[in-house]
Amino acid sequence: MTKEELRIGVFVCDCGSNIAGVVDVDEVQRFAETLPDVVVAVRNKYTCSDPGQQEIQQTIFEQKLNRVVVASCSPASYEPIFRQCIHAAGLNPYLLEMANIREQCSWVTPDRQTATRKALDIVRVAVARAKWLYPQDEEQIAVTDAALVIGGGVAGMQAALDLADAGHPVYLVEKKPSIGGIMAQLDKVYPDIECSI
Amino acid sequence: MMDVGRHPRIELMTNAILEDVAGYVGNFKVRIRKKPRYVDEGECTTCGDCVAACPVVVPDEFQMGLSSRRAIYIPFPQAVPSAYVVSAEDCLGRNPIACGKCIESCEKNCINFDQEDELFEIDIGAIVVATGMDVYDPTALDEYGYTRYLNVVTSLEFERLISTGGALGGHLGRPSDKKRPLRIGYIQCVGSRTQDPARGNPYCSNICCMNSIKGAQYLIDNYPDTDITVFYTDIRAYGKGFEELLMRTRGGGVRYLRGLPGEVQEDPHSKNLWVTVENTTEKRLEKLEFDMLVLAVGAVPAVDTEFVRQMVSLSKSPGGFLKEAHGKLRPVDTSTKGVFIAGAAESPKDVRESVTQASAASSRASILLQKSHFAVEAITAVVYEEPCTLCGQCAKVCPFGAITWEKKQVPQVISAACAGCGTCAAECKFGAIAMRHFSDQAIYAQIDAILEENSQEKIVTFACNWCSYAGADTAGVSRMAYPPHAIIIRTMCSGRVNPEFVWYAFQKGAPVVLVSGCHYVDCHYIDANRSTVRRTDGLWDKLIKMGIRPERLMLEWCSAAEGARWQIIMQEAEKKRQSVTSAELEFTRTELSKVRVPRPRNPKPADENSAAQFHCLRCDHIWDGLFDVMWERICPNCRSNSVHWLRKNIS
Repeated sequence: MTKEELRIGVFVCDCGSNIAGVVDVDEVQRFAETLPDVVVAVRNKYTCSDPGQQEIQQTIFEQKLNRVVVASCSPASYEPIFRQCIHAAGLNPYLLEMANIREQCSWVTPDRQTATRKALDIVRVAVARAKWLYPQDEEQIAVTDAALVIGGGVAGMQAALDLADAGHPVYLVEKKPSIGGIMAQLDKVYPDIECSI
Repeated sequence: MMDVGRHPRIELMTNAILEDVAGYVGNFKVRIRKKPRYVDEGECTTCGDCVAACPVVVPDEFQMGLSSRRAIYIPFPQAVPSAYVVSAEDCLGRNPIACGKCIESCEKNCINFDQEDELFEIDIGAIVVATGMDVYDPTALDEYGYTRYLNVVTSLEFERLISTGGALGGHLGRPSDKKRPLRIGYIQCVGSRTQDPARGNPYCSNICCMNSIKGAQYLIDNYPDTDITVFYTDIRAYGKGFEELLMRTRGGGVRYLRGLPGEVQEDPHSKNLWVTVENTTEKRLEKLEFDMLVLAVGAVPAVDTEFVRQMVSLSKSPGGFLKEAHGKLRPVDTSTKGVFIAGAAESPKDVRESVTQASAASSRASILLQKSHFAVEAITAVVYEEPCTLCGQCAKVCPFGAITWEKKQVPQVISAACAGCGTCAAECKFGAIAMRHFSDQAIYAQIDAILEENSQEKIVTFACNWCSYAGADTAGVSRMAYPPHAIIIRTMCSGRVNPEFVWYAFQKGAPVVLVSGCHYVDCHYIDANRSTVRRTDGLWDKLIKMGIRPERLMLEWCSAAEGARWQIIMQEAEKKRQSVTSAELEFTRTELSKVRVPRPRNPKPADENSAAQFHCLRCDHIWDGLFDVMWERICPNCRSNSVHWLRKNIS
């Protein structure tokens, strides 16, 4: 396998004032461009907005990017959205890396200079990781539409009935000669003192 | 019950046991052995002629042995399937020469002694384990006289005594003389909530308080002149309508006496029972006479639960009940994908809770079954054959049983079952396992990038996706400022952190390395973070041996909600970082390159509950305790998890 030429694009997000209010985002953008294999760095007011995402997609086409680093918020919030975004532009969704310069930088580092320095480090680490990302295919596993319920007490019976009513074939296995379990041995059940069977 | 029996999509297999479960989520292969009934289920009209002919009389287990049945019998009138069955153990040999009276009596000729075991091999997508519970056997609690006095019964026996379909045909009577008991005492917590293993289990059995209250109300309704006393330590009437029922019984004259009897004695003539009890609310000793005593016996895991647990590789809770995948978020899922739990197999439950959980489990199973295919996130493990030495250690540490390994074979990863925690990759000392998307190369590149400039100012931090990374996010959302020197490498689980990563970071000049993850109970990969602890212990041991301060390797658990804890961890890490001198960094760099990466310190079975010393590497607090692999080590002084375990030799 010949190693393809890496073409990384870095998208630095202002997040309004959330990041840009503390971090010198221009410096982050300039720094990103100096990193090896980074072909372009773009600054955007809100990268997650429609125009922000369109800019990512357009840059992927124009610059023939094959790795994307979004320097914005936590992957917990926006990784799925940016994965979709680059996927729509023809890139494998696993070629995305996020640099969390909001929750783990601008929001916890009040000093502008210190925060900017930390943001540079975070972006550097994200770009380093991006180089080792590869396209990944999600394996599709076939499912046999049948359920096994082990135990024919009240829980097993209810589970079997619900599954069967939902349309699935069910095998209910009970060790004893009859289903019913302990429930069948009870005379009444609380709190309404009603019949158990 | 009848709905189950006649549902067109339910194949009911009674008298049947599970023999084998193979495969994985969506694709289980199950072998079931159906034992012979010796009666044709479809043909039997339950006329009962065979019962009249059967000469064998044995105790009836459904009636808790309080009445008898024949060797051919129906378990109870409403049984499903509604057909008689021959008990192979009780029958006189199922040989027409030996007996065969039932065969002669059956007009429809549906008794067939030539029936044999039937084996079924079935393809299954999802499994619901509902193996239920058993009741505690109170034989060991001799002071209540269960084995000596006829009129001391368990709560389940009491059910069969009052039931209209019960042993006495609906007339309440006590075992000794079948006379109606006028004074009934209930003794609570029998076999539950005790720290003495000989006297039962430490947990609360959940159902016994309400079951006794129910019995009391039933007696009030049907036998209003009965005197009822309940001996208890705490009454736990916590559910909907429960407190109301408790109050109804109080209003109906039930006496609730706080204190468990110390002694029960039988009057040899009347067979009545004298109970000596310390009334702890009124601080006096009481001696009371009863006609019958009911022991509110606790719940224990069903014997078969353990058998099924091993077959489908599930975890268990300390009491022996099945363990859920996550107490809060995935309470009916299990550690094995595609296997769900319902009812008392998971913990003692009443009927309503069992039904609720069963509906939840079936819903979870249905989510899986209604798809023709499901996608596996591409973060799974891949085994490389060439470097693999066939040791099988990866299969041992996989919390999901997703790696199958036979001796002298290359382990196989079942990607459908793999959750991507990476603890196998961290365990493999031969580099034979790669994690897709969280590769070793990427992690090394991240360490390099962190330490590329001003390495003496950096704290190389590993954070797990679910808890500690999210905890750091929470600190951010809450704007909790902290020192800026920690740069995070996100992994799915702290179990992904290979000791080699830590070693590499120190070699490259990291003053402090922080490994962080979920608290034990929160681990999103069942128990993968226990492996993190084993590996960290090994690393600490070696650092000490080499004269490097072990506290430079920090281990901290932080939940997604603990932003404030993350802030403290960051402040502590920064303190550590500032204490590291450049001479120390240089020494570390040269010394570490001379030695091999330390492997995990694996506790042996003998270490469990052995005397141990614990050393907090944050505050230097040292204390003695017992080693317990399940215990999340935490310093009682400063709440740090950087707690080093030292074996203690008992002299």
